[in-house]
Amino acid sequence: MKSAMPEKFDVIVVGAGPAGTACAYTCAKNGLKVLQIERGEYPGSKNVMGGVLYRKQLEEIIPEFWKEAPLERPIVEQNFWLMDKNSVVKFGYKGLEWGEEPYNNFTVLRAKFDQWFAQKAVEQGSLLINETVVKECIVENGKVVGVRTDRPDGDVYADVVVLADGVNSLLAKQLGFRKELRPDEVALAVMEVINLPKEKINDRFNVNDNQGCTIEIFGDSTKGNLGTAFIYTNKDSINIGVGTTLSSMIKSKMKPYDLLDQLKNHPMVSPLLEGGESAEYLAHLIPEGGYNSVPKVVGNGVVVVGDAAQLVNAIHREGSNMAMASGRMAAEAIIKAKERNDFSEAGLSSYRDALYESFIIKDLQKYKDAAHTFEENPQYFQYYLPMLNKAMSEFFTVDGVPKKDKQKEMMKMLTGEKGKLNVIKDIYRAWKAVK
Amino acid sequence: MHIVVCIKQVPDTKIIKINPKTNTLDRRSAPAILNPYDAHAVQEAVNIKKELGKGHISVISMGPPPATDIIKKSVEIGADEGYLITDRAFAGADTLATSYALSKGLEKIAKARPIDMIICGKQAIDGDTGQVGPGIARRLDIPPVTNVLEVLEVNEKERTVLVKRKTSGGYEIVQAELPCLLTVEKEVNEIEYAPLPNMIKAARYEPVIWTVNDFEGVDRTKLGLKGSPTVVGKMFTPPRPEGGKKLEGTADEQVKQVIDIMLERKELFFVK
Repeated sequence: MKSAMPEKFDVIVVGAGPAGTACAYTCAKNGLKVLQIERGEYPGSKNVMGGVLYRKQLEEIIPEFWKEAPLERPIVEQNFWLMDKNSVVKFGYKGLEWGEEPYNNFTVLRAKFDQWFAQKAVEQGSLLINETVVKECIVENGKVVGVRTDRPDGDVYADVVVLADGVNSLLAKQLGFRKELRPDEVALAVMEVINLPKEKINDRFNVNDNQGCTIEIFGDSTKGNLGTAFIYTNKDSINIGVGTTLSSMIKSKMKPYDLLDQLKNHPMVSPLLEGGESAEYLAHLIPEGGYNSVPKVVGNGVVVVGDAAQLVNAIHREGSNMAMASGRMAAEAIIKAKERNDFSEAGLSSYRDALYESFIIKDLQKYKDAAHTFEENPQYFQYYLPMLNKAMSEFFTVDGVPKKDKQKEMMKMLTGEKGKLNVIKDIYRAWKAVK
Repeated sequence: MHIVVCIKQVPDTKIIKINPKTNTLDRRSAPAILNPYDAHAVQEAVNIKKELGKGHISVISMGPPPATDIIKKSVEIGADEGYLITDRAFAGADTLATSYALSKGLEKIAKARPIDMIICGKQAIDGDTGQVGPGIARRLDIPPVTNVLEVLEVNEKERTVLVKRKTSGGYEIVQAELPCLLTVEKEVNEIEYAPLPNMIKAARYEPVIWTVNDFEGVDRTKLGLKGSPTVVGKMFTPPRPEGGKKLEGTADEQVKQVIDIMLERKELFFVK
């Protein structure tokens, strides 16, 4: 069959997750000719996250998006659980100001949300094609000029290619922008969506129909591995999941699905899920290497955004918001480059500048040693957490022991075998890692 | 050669759930897809066009506005254009009213560009009736050739088509005059991985939308619920078949047991 001259676009965006779609949306809105290519059956079909969507960064792209986006519940309560085998120390914050416009964050189901978001980009004039895998970037004279897909007559050209192909970006690797991911740079998260009637969710989590609740769980939820578990409330389902770094899973020889099973059956957790029906089971890698893992993000005719650029703040469970912000920044740089008709690395470098001046890289830099510190020092999860549970138990137990003696006992428990000096050292180390 | 393919959007019955109270399909529980038999019908039109070296492929569907998705899907496979008949007046149609409405749409298409061949899937996976294809052929007064396994030859000069069609005991080779209507089995072809230019074309494509007002001289009493004499008396979910009996023991013992069972249950040999 004769094939016509392949078409040329201003921008090709590879991937229809939050980063790619934010970029496609912003480019199309500014009149650029955009082609967005997604490998899944539809945007969101292959995308996974715990389920918290932050308002701020999406609002900067689509003002008042909450009036039409398929969101689950605005989050009014966020909790931390420090969990031991048969106990838990809880703290959190509930504020009704989060239940009103403009809201703080929302729970979402990605399969629905990503489709909606991608459709918004299509409405701006971006062309979206699904079920198409980009195999490689077409490079001519040291410049990316297009992509090669797995379809017949599958080459297509553009001034700029945006790599939004996710955590294990094979395209960024092909261009030599990054090395193979190390097991300590990625977490493996598994999660389930469990259907539960709205009334039960409202009762069990003490919320109204339009109020959501999040719980981040440390300690026994990961069996001492470096990682966290989470429970988020949707409209009539619950997201529950657990993620730990691949390296700690390898070290402890634990399987992610076993961790999730144990979590679901944990006595502190199982009453929340009782009677629920498992609707979806998902697993995904999360880039948690932080600042040190961020690859080269700009080249000749190419930029890297979102997970592909390893833009995730694991400590604050932020990822999709960084993805969207990076996608928007990349789009703004592309629009500038188009005005000057300079798509070289220098011409696109304003993306890198914007990224490094923004909260994204600043936050990643702040926590650049955090994961490493906690991975190298398992005592935080394995020693202090159970001790804290025991101390709290002591505090609340009325057994005729004078309070002064109790406090002494609690301090002894916390410092215990380690001695005061070591405890102070540990506290200082943890503080340094996150300060 | 102008080939028109009739297509339908259906819920994916592989994953659909049934409402236990009403025994109807819970259409929200499954994504809407291009009826798989119809996808093969579009692919067959593409193959015929390729074989002849020229031609024009139109697709037509009746359904709610989201059915534009399956027209776009057909453009991905290789259709040149698509029409969607969508209007409240058509809602609730059974196979009789549907074939009437589609035949009106086909007449309208034929006015602009005469039709040489119509291809349908052999049935839709949600209703499983297989009646709409032959119903259209009857109304347009052209020969229906159902259950096509293979299109052997399309002869433009002689204006004939030669096909292999499935029968209850095997297959037969049938020749029909053009224009005619074929309904195809899945075996008729393999759906090809669509070329990238088709994907881009489909992403841009806006189907032609027709409402009831676009049809002149249409008999409104034959449309939608009014034109549908089918009455659904009762719907039920058939009980799951129980597992068969498992025979234990050595091979000889098992053979003996099988023979005993067969002799005991004489109906296997049609002996009353």
